[in-house]
Amino acid sequence: MLTVEEREEIEAKLSDYPNTQAVAIEAMLIIQRREGWVSDEKLRDLAEILRLSVANLDGVATFYNLIRRRPVGRHVALVCDSVSCWIMGSDRMRDHLCSRLGTPVGGTTSDGQFTLLPIVCLGACDHAPAMMIDGTLHEDLNEQKIEEILTQYT
Amino acid sequence: MEKPLTGNFRPDKTAVSLPEYERVGGYQGLRKALTMQPAEVTELIKRSNLRGRGGAGFPTGTKWSFVPMGKDAPHPKYLVANADEMEPGTFKDRALMERDPHQLIEGMIVSAYAIEADIGYIFLRGEYEYPNQCLSKAIAEAKANGYLGRDILGSGYSLEIHLHASAGRYICGEETALLNALEGKRAHPRTKPPFPQVCGLWGKPTIVQNVETLCNVHHIVNKGPDWFRGLSLTEDGGTKLFGVSGKVKRPGLWELPMGTPLREILENHAGGMRDGLRFRGLLPGGASTDFLVEEHLDTPMDYGNVQKVGSRLGTGTMVVLDDQTCPVGMVWNLEHFFAQESCGWCTPCWSGLAWTEKLLLAMEQGHGSARDLETLMFQTKFLAPGNTFCALAPGAVEPLQSALKYFAEDFRRHIDEHRCPWR
Repeated sequence: MLTVEEREEIEAKLSDYPNTQAVAIEAMLIIQRREGWVSDEKLRDLAEILRLSVANLDGVATFYNLIRRRPVGRHVALVCDSVSCWIMGSDRMRDHLCSRLGTPVGGTTSDGQFTLLPIVCLGACDHAPAMMIDGTLHEDLNEQKIEEILTQYT
Repeated sequence: MEKPLTGNFRPDKTAVSLPEYERVGGYQGLRKALTMQPAEVTELIKRSNLRGRGGAGFPTGTKWSFVPMGKDAPHPKYLVANADEMEPGTFKDRALMERDPHQLIEGMIVSAYAIEADIGYIFLRGEYEYPNQCLSKAIAEAKANGYLGRDILGSGYSLEIHLHASAGRYICGEETALLNALEGKRAHPRTKPPFPQVCGLWGKPTIVQNVETLCNVHHIVNKGPDWFRGLSLTEDGGTKLFGVSGKVKRPGLWELPMGTPLREILENHAGGMRDGLRFRGLLPGGASTDFLVEEHLDTPMDYGNVQKVGSRLGTGTMVVLDDQTCPVGMVWNLEHFFAQESCGWCTPCWSGLAWTEKLLLAMEQGHGSARDLETLMFQTKFLAPGNTFCALAPGAVEPLQSALKYFAEDFRRHIDEHRCPWR
């Protein structure tokens, strides 16, 4: 079931657009903000309040990489793998994160704390390599800095 | 030197507040525009030679002049700020939105007025959560102070601006794909014609402009097209945000006159290469532009001059390749991005880019053959403009075709030595 808050936040968005289809993407992001992903159950509820089919919504959901249809850890780390970060050693940072957390890219740690996902250019190329955890940008990464960052989240 | 776009940036990188913005002449361009006829505003923009800063460089005033005007025009009309900054190597619009958000809002209101738009959207990439906060605050302040909403500053003109947080995918930066994304659909590009200026969002006239382009508009209205053209060293008007990333001494972002020579940006501003490294080449304006090399360093960086030497100004944010980084590996990284971000709509793109990426990866891992080089050459023709539904794949092969030309020896070494010489 969608919570009252989710429903209110989604309904507040309706006035920004001429129809309910246009709210679909932002509505899914609203749902995801609380649980980290969009479950089948929530998707069905959303389809009902937007008067759209579940298939339509799932078609939209699966197009966009920031909408997640599977559960994630408590924190989501997005590691940039685009060109400027690659030149500045993002492969090494990614490998370090994987071994430090004990999960491959695309996986979640066994304690459910972190999900590690690849991301395209975060627009922080002058401070590469970069990653983003739960919407906060972390720049000029090196092994030591990664240690400091991880302690903030555990 | 005048810096209209970044002159108000605070050293601590926090956003300029509304009172500060007003103190340095903020919303004066809007006040002036509201005393003019919309067509006069468009005429000023035309005369200024402002060209789109998102990468394509289309003349802004000309684009606006295609919008149906007057009492028989279809309504609502829309103005969309393309804030979906996802071109790898590009980090300019984020700075504009985080550090001077009212500048974008004012630019949008003036642009919307020029095309008699009723509603504006800021299409912001989902990862830009901090810019989202800055812009949300600025929109609320603008509304509370009469710059947005009904009857703006008593002019009779009304405009609402909504912030749309996107959910990823590079293709959303393509203007017609962006329209589908705003409509809540899968972001496949649309057939052109009809062009968005006539038939855009929900079938209504729509103008889509890059953030940096919009940020220039009210300055032009305020100070005039001649002033704007005078900021530039060459024919294209204004200043430009130039950025450099890669292994230079001081990676960064600078507002400089349009037409500033490439060498000056690289050496004076970015500080040249890090000690012990040699310059091999650069992508002048993001991932989808052709490499430039040593012989091009005296090119004035504007749309026409970069095109003359075989590339594009693109977003003006450069990615530098040094001699200790593998060019084949770099091109593989770029094609991996484009193959992943292909929307899957047309076969040449989804199939051709996946094939290209696979060949480059094999080559990088020491399994390439001379035949593969021919196939890569073939892909650059197969994915050229006219063969694909939109500009994604033609952009994707720009760095590939120029790498094959300038770094031919490096590709050959990968094949002959059955390994990457940099590993």
